[in-house]
Amino acid sequence: MPDGLSDPSHTARQEWMALLAQASREEMEEAWRLMLPNPPYAILRKAETGLAMVRGRAGGTGNPFNLGEMTMTRCAVRLEAEPRVVGLSYIAGRDPRRAELAALFDALLQTPQLSADVKRTLLTPIRRRLDETRRVRAAESAATRVDFFTLVREQGVE
Amino acid sequence: MAYVAVKGGEKAIDAAHRLLAKERRGDPAVPELSLDQISQQLSLSVDRVMTEGSIYDRELAALAIKQARGDLVEAIFLLRAYRATLPRLAESKPIETNRMRARRRISAIFKDVPGGQVLGGTFDYTHRLLDFTLAAPSVFPDAEIAEPSDTMPPHVLAILGDEGLIQPERRDENLQNPPDLTREPLEFPAARATRLQNLARGDEGFLLSLGYSTQRGYGRNHPFAGEIRIGEVEVVIEPEELGFPVVIGEITVTECETVNQFSGSKSEPAQFTRGYGLTFGEAERKAMAMALVDRALRATELGEDVSAPAQDEEFVLYHSDNVEASGFVQHLKLPHYVDFQSELNIVRKIRGDEQVADEALAEGILA
Repeated sequence: MPDGLSDPSHTARQEWMALLAQASREEMEEAWRLMLPNPPYAILRKAETGLAMVRGRAGGTGNPFNLGEMTMTRCAVRLEAEPRVVGLSYIAGRDPRRAELAALFDALLQTPQLSADVKRTLLTPIRRRLDETRRVRAAESAATRVDFFTLVREQGVE
Repeated sequence: MAYVAVKGGEKAIDAAHRLLAKERRGDPAVPELSLDQISQQLSLSVDRVMTEGSIYDRELAALAIKQARGDLVEAIFLLRAYRATLPRLAESKPIETNRMRARRRISAIFKDVPGGQVLGGTFDYTHRLLDFTLAAPSVFPDAEIAEPSDTMPPHVLAILGDEGLIQPERRDENLQNPPDLTREPLEFPAARATRLQNLARGDEGFLLSLGYSTQRGYGRNHPFAGEIRIGEVEVVIEPEELGFPVVIGEITVTECETVNQFSGSKSEPAQFTRGYGLTFGEAERKAMAMALVDRALRATELGEDVSAPAQDEEFVLYHSDNVEASGFVQHLKLPHYVDFQSELNIVRKIRGDEQVADEALAEGILA
C-alpha cells in the first residue's frame, strides 16, 4: 500500500486513486474490456497534460522549497447511467487515455453495482504488481547491507 | 553594443539541419536507439537531464538525449524549452523523504545506524577497470536477495537532533508557498528555499567544482556525509475540486545530508550544522555537491566570513544554470559582423590618429 495511505485519515477513494495513478494503460484497458457491456460515460473535462511542481523540504524536515516539476495529466468523466457519478483523475505522465481510464474507474468504483468488479479485476492486480516490484527491490537491496569494521589503533600507540 | 541581427542563409541553415539529422542517426547499418533503451541503459544520463532540465519525465528526457546526440546540456535545454509549452496544474505537498523506500542508504558518520548501511547498486568499491565483457552482448548475474527489514530507517541526522547536537531545520507551518524561480526573478539576498531550487536545477559540473573548492580551503566548513539515500517517494497533490490529498505517482530521488563543522556563539552552544542536497533520479554526486554548496551559502546566516566563491550567493546563483551559461557563451559564435565592424573602425581610427601624430612628430611639425 502506498505510504501516504497508511495515514488513518485517508479514505478508500484516496487509496484507489493512488493505485489508479500507478496503473499502466494496458492494465486499465484490459479491465475495461472485461467489463461488458461497457457502461456509457461522458467526458466532462478532456484529459489535460501539464506540470506539477514537486516540493521538498530543506534538510528533509524543514521549510518547503521547489525541487522541480513533473508531468501530470488530469481528466473528469461522468457516468451516463444512474448513478451519474463524476470520476476524476490526477496522474503522473502525459498519456491522455490513461488519465481518461483512471477517471472512468474512479467513477465506477463509487458505484455500489460495479465497485466490487473493478476491485477484483483491476485494483487487486495493480496492488499485487506494485507489491511484487517493491518486494524484489527491497530483497535485492537487503543483500547489499554491509557491516563496516573500524580498525582501532592498538593501545599504547599515540 | 547590442547584438545586431542578420538575415538570410535560410537555405544553408536548412541543409545544416538535414545534415545534423543524418549525423544524429549515424551509420544506418547500426540499429537505431529506442527511447526505452536510453531510459533503461543510460538511466543516469536520463536522471541528470530530468534534474537539471527540471522536469521529471523519463520518456521526455530520453527523447531529449536522443535528439541532442547524447549532449546532456543540449538535452537539458530541450527539456526546459518544452516546459514552456505546458501549463502548471498543481504544486505538490513536500515529499516526505523519511518515508522513502530506500534502495541505497549509507552514512559516513555512524557505523551502526538503525536500519543499517545498504549499498544498493553502486559504482563505489569497483576498481574502475574497463570491463571488456560488456563490449559484447553481456550476460548479467542474478541479483542476490536477502530478507529486508520491515521498518523505514529514520534519518541519521535525527539521532544527532534528538541530543540537540545539530541545528534543527526551521519549519514554519504557515509557510505554504516557497518562492519559485520559474515565476519570479532571482533577488538578493536569496531565501534558502530560492537557493535550494537554484542549486537543484544547477549544473552538476559547476556545483561539483564549487563543492570541491570548499574542501580545499576556499570557505572550508569540514563536511561529513551524514546520510545519502536513494529510493522512491510518493508525490501528493491536493486539487481544490477534490478537497483531499491524492497520490499522483511515485518518483525516484537522491538525498544527501551533510553534517558540518560546529559553530557556537554567545547565544548558541556549539553544535553541528547542515547542508542539504536533493535531486530527481539517481544523482549522488550532484546531491553531494549541492549539499556542500548549500552549506557554504549559509555562511552569512551562521555568522561566518564570506570570503570564498562558494559562499558568494550572487556569484553562485547567477552562474549555476547551464542553460543560461551555455546560451550566453555560445551566442558568441552567431554572426557579430556589425558589432565587430564598429570595433574594427575604432581600432583603425586610434591607430590612424597615432600614425598621423607619429608622422607629424617625425617631420618636426609638433616639435
